[in-house]
Amino acid sequence: MTEPRPTDPARPDPGAPAALSQLDGPPAGRRHSALPAHRSGEAREVDDRWLRAERSGGVYDVAVVGAGPAGLSAAVTAAEQGLRVALVDAGAQPGGQFWRHPDEGAAWPDEGRGQHGWRRFTRLRDRLGRLIGGGRVEAFAERQVWFVEERAAVWHLHLTTTHAAVETPAPRLVRATSLVLCPGGYDRQLPVPGWDLPGVMTAGGVQALLKAHRSVAGRRAVVAGTGPFLLPVAEGLAAAGAEVLAVCEANSVTGWGRSPLGAVSVPGKGLEALEYAGALLRHRVPFRQRTALTRVHGEGSVTGATLSRLDRTGRVRPDVPPQRVEVDLVAFGWGFTPSLELVSAVGATTRVDVDESLVAWVDPNQRTDVPRVYAAGEVTGVGGAVLAAGEGELAGLTLALDHGVPVAGSRIEALQRGVRRHRRFAAAMHRAHPVPQRWAEWLTDETMLCRCEEVTVGAVAEVRDVLGAGDARTAKMLARPGMGRCQGRVCGFATAKLTACGRSLETTDLAPLAKRPFTAPVSLGELATTGEGED
Amino acid sequence: MRRSADVVVIGAGAVGAAVAWFATRAGLTVQVLERGQIAGGTSSACEGNLLVSDKEAGPELDLALYSHDVWTGELDEYAGLWEFERKGGLVVAASSTGAEGLRALAVRQRAAGIEVTDVPADRIADYEPYLTDGLAAAAHYPQDCQAQPMLVTAHLLRMAREAGAGVSTGTTVTGLLRDGDRVVGVRTDRGDLTAGAVVNAAGTWAGEVAALAGVRVPVMPRRGFVLVTEPLPPTVFHKVYAGEYVASTQSSEEGLQTSTVIESTAAGTILVGSSRERVGFDRTVSLPALREIAAKALTLYPSLKDTSVMRSYLGFRPYCPDHLPVIGHDPRAPGLWHAAGHEGAGIGLSVGTGKLLAQALSGVAPDLELTPFAPERFGDQVLRETPA
Repeated sequence: MTEPRPTDPARPDPGAPAALSQLDGPPAGRRHSALPAHRSGEAREVDDRWLRAERSGGVYDVAVVGAGPAGLSAAVTAAEQGLRVALVDAGAQPGGQFWRHPDEGAAWPDEGRGQHGWRRFTRLRDRLGRLIGGGRVEAFAERQVWFVEERAAVWHLHLTTTHAAVETPAPRLVRATSLVLCPGGYDRQLPVPGWDLPGVMTAGGVQALLKAHRSVAGRRAVVAGTGPFLLPVAEGLAAAGAEVLAVCEANSVTGWGRSPLGAVSVPGKGLEALEYAGALLRHRVPFRQRTALTRVHGEGSVTGATLSRLDRTGRVRPDVPPQRVEVDLVAFGWGFTPSLELVSAVGATTRVDVDESLVAWVDPNQRTDVPRVYAAGEVTGVGGAVLAAGEGELAGLTLALDHGVPVAGSRIEALQRGVRRHRRFAAAMHRAHPVPQRWAEWLTDETMLCRCEEVTVGAVAEVRDVLGAGDARTAKMLARPGMGRCQGRVCGFATAKLTACGRSLETTDLAPLAKRPFTAPVSLGELATTGEGED
Repeated sequence: MRRSADVVVIGAGAVGAAVAWFATRAGLTVQVLERGQIAGGTSSACEGNLLVSDKEAGPELDLALYSHDVWTGELDEYAGLWEFERKGGLVVAASSTGAEGLRALAVRQRAAGIEVTDVPADRIADYEPYLTDGLAAAAHYPQDCQAQPMLVTAHLLRMAREAGAGVSTGTTVTGLLRDGDRVVGVRTDRGDLTAGAVVNAAGTWAGEVAALAGVRVPVMPRRGFVLVTEPLPPTVFHKVYAGEYVASTQSSEEGLQTSTVIESTAAGTILVGSSRERVGFDRTVSLPALREIAAKALTLYPSLKDTSVMRSYLGFRPYCPDHLPVIGHDPRAPGLWHAAGHEGAGIGLSVGTGKLLAQALSGVAPDLELTPFAPERFGDQVLRETPA
């Protein structure tokens, strides 16, 4: 398996031109300090460049948003190339959703249990630790960006704490010449009757509980949806002692063979899938293809589920009787939705990916079409942690290059090859695991679509069919799906599918729903005082 | 889509929808053309204020009171469809000078037929218990109402459609058909339509439609932002706004102006406005504007400090230099009618406008004199010749 590896920390040419942020500042004389930071005692020395940056008004060379596989890689790579980096993340500790792990404050000798690519993470974490110690990276944990704006060619990130009822600690504003957006994504949800009952979780939510708290969400479970992510979730549940009655895959995995180019491009992924398949066999978990969980039963909480056989289009087969199973946990995995808020807020161009997700358009170097804004990870197209880490590293190197640090072209090209290969694989997986075309036929008018505003499928159908709502935005305005606390993060995809009436989603279906000027909620009090003492 | 109609309405916002409904009901055949989606412009980027309280005596107030009668009269049976609520307005003044201004305005408004109750400082809490202490005075306007503007638009269009009108979205008018001076139809990207009358209800974009006929209608955009909070238990019961709001609606300043308007919605969210800027159609979200709106709102409702803001939106009020709409026949281009430029009052004024215009289109003398809204009042300058 040849994937982008964390490379040795680069040693930049001492004669390198100044970084972008210094072009207006005092002339040259700048010396890249002897990075990497972990080399002997040099790491703790305060270097003159750092002090100059402070004097120039605390503008970082780059702010990286997100400390998952992509963001961590980007931040570490850019900092090791001599750039001054701010790293902002909602979590208390790095790793993102993929490497979510128990509290590092407590001793967990087996903290990597159930993780994938854990060594990759610990290496990144070690490098980050050294860079933070050496003053190369400043990390802002438990912070979310609620607003981003560009003023005088400097990006301003307005931060709020992720802790409810705690005042946001200073600084509430981080300024940087460049931005790397690595906000990751979250589980895509697809309503079926009963999906709003307690006991129904996203596959990612089940996984997060297992990884961060070693906690099992139920005793008897069905894992349903589509895509390879169902397997590790089922395996994790079974290994933790839950009885997994079935993994229901809505598509047929023989579909993998239909895109041979993509499927063979990352042989390691195939092996991973085989390992999971083996583990499921050991736990006696049946894997059912072309089967969907079409209805969740229960009063007050989940007590059962209906499993239905599907035809190629995703319609429930009338010739096969549905099966009713008794469960207390349903884990749905329908793929992921990238977090597009920041991409949209900076005005970067978006596109619809193979899996019908709205994603950021990037060039082969991870640049968006907005100057000095880069994107890496799921936000450029859902493709998993290895791809995300490769994109992050590529973004970090490109960034260094664009800031005037010489970077070996061969290193960039090698990363680009890896990214392309994983991207092809991801595309093949997406093509093999689409949301079933006839999914909407499993629904009733009473099926809840938007839980925040309690909008049913029938209410959206009515504004579409009777009031003439011709697109998702109009349906949202008239029936209120996506107008509540989650701002359509949960129901946006389903609303777009319902108003598109079976056709493939386009940018115009998704982009208006992804526009959220406040990229995270902020209190009126914080908004009223933002930037005080700044301007 | 009809290929010929008595009336072609350009624009499916609240005003276009009201024109379509009243014209259809008057027995005319109507075709609505909309380049985007229904309520896609300012009608989906506003607050649904149906105010009389912010208006001085004059033609706009006459139209507001007339509209109020339409909303609460013949349209009352549909009130539930568009979340119509007679919640009343409460205008507050912080200083004694402000209080004097408020009382003086009330005297003038009473003379013009508005119901106003003076609220002394110690009675304000009876109306709005969460308002800040220490306000100097308030005035209660029971005629101020609220409606959900997208539902108003969608249901008026549905009603018009069910009564025989055509509504075509995704259809752009690219030119007007002429017979000599006369406008006799429209050219669209989906073919030509002939019409006895063409109504320009294009809101903030009405100037562009007028230009197709070679006439000038100086409707310009005035940008505004609104903040939307998380849903809350009942906290704000009226439309609450600061006395300075009245002055700012009538101002023509270019720079940022903010004045507080706060109201809750049927969904439990609180809408916090308002701002005014003349920046063209710039859609950049302005943090200084949002910050100022928030800061001013907190001076009235300090207890909202920890309330989350979920989103903001912006819209472009269609305004004319004299802050009056353009309603009626355009003698410079016979056959062309206008119903646009209602600035920040378009939802409230839509139904009065629609009813009056439908009367005029049917050859009936309108209930209200339309002369103050005459399209040619800004000068009959011809922009350019438009080929037939």
